[in-house]
Amino acid sequence: MSKFKKKKKGMPGISTASLPDIVFMLLFFFMVTTVMRETELKIKKPTLPKATEIKKLERKSLVSYIYVGKVKDQNGDKIQLNDRIADVKDVKYFIFAERETHPEDEIPLLTTSIKADIATNVGTITDIKEELRNINALKINYSTLKGNVMDNVK
Amino acid sequence: MAKRDVPEINAGSMADIAFLLLIFFLVTTTMDVDTGISRKLPEKQPEDMPEPPKLKEKNVFIVTVNRNNDILVEGETFMTIDKIREEALKFIDNGGGLGNPIDGAEPAECDWCEGAKDPLSSDHPNKAIISLESDRGTSYGTYIAVQNELVGAYTDLRNRLAEKEYGMSYTQMLKDQKNSQNNETLNERIKLIKGKYPQIISEAEPTK
Repeated sequence: MSKFKKKKKGMPGISTASLPDIVFMLLFFFMVTTVMRETELKIKKPTLPKATEIKKLERKSLVSYIYVGKVKDQNGDKIQLNDRIADVKDVKYFIFAERETHPEDEIPLLTTSIKADIATNVGTITDIKEELRNINALKINYSTLKGNVMDNVK
Repeated sequence: MAKRDVPEINAGSMADIAFLLLIFFLVTTTMDVDTGISRKLPEKQPEDMPEPPKLKEKNVFIVTVNRNNDILVEGETFMTIDKIREEALKFIDNGGGLGNPIDGAEPAECDWCEGAKDPLSSDHPNKAIISLESDRGTSYGTYIAVQNELVGAYTDLRNRLAEKEYGMSYTQMLKDQKNSQNNETLNERIKLIKGKYPQIISEAEPTK
């Protein structure tokens, strides 16, 4: 009897020794996938148009962004380059500055992504395109989401 | 000398530190993928450029979007966005005449086109030009929608041709190309399909 004395049974505590491992795993996942937001939006967050014939932008380091949209309590379309609202004429300096940060052989691969609100006037976009043509930055991308194009006109 | 025990470092707070970092990255992370319609702008022409060669009117498909976002095709028919793809497709695929010479060969008919061969519409996919005219006041949403439909017409045609020739859609071929490094036959095929239906979309300067 005494040999098989019942041991006191309690719920064994769950070992948390592997918790750091799990957390580290998640941590590394997020560290690797994270892209720090470089710019803070000064304009109202643009509602991007929708399209079906879209391509993914590869190599984000080669992409520079131009935001176009409205600013609170102000009329007209505003262009945001980096952290501030700018004029169309500043686009070329912005692109020059972007080019500075890349080696020479990558310059022809640089893409300009235009993130414009659906309510923007085409005129503003054309002005930007004209500036880009002037300085030979010919690769552009109209940023869109995947979706039905009919949503754009509602 | 007495042997001293090396005290073990307490790793209990490791989880806390890791959590702290984890939460930081969770908050700062943005998982958005950038997608969009890629275009290449035409190069700036020098001032003293000679006049460009005149194009036959039948080879140009004009889509006009005015400031009220109405869409006019060929200067005469009003159209809704969902009809444009079909019309553009018909125009590109018409194949009513001889095309531009390819690689120095004699100008030839488009033998892969399935269009109506209407002599009043485009001659050949490599001659067919789509011109998108807009107004400064056109809304960007409509503009993109129209562009999307025009690009879509080309994609449809390329898909159809690729399906017929290689039993695989063009979109699928592009996907495969991305996944495989330097697949010679695939690259060759994509180039061939692209050459047969070259995307010629001109974004004209908007009217004031």
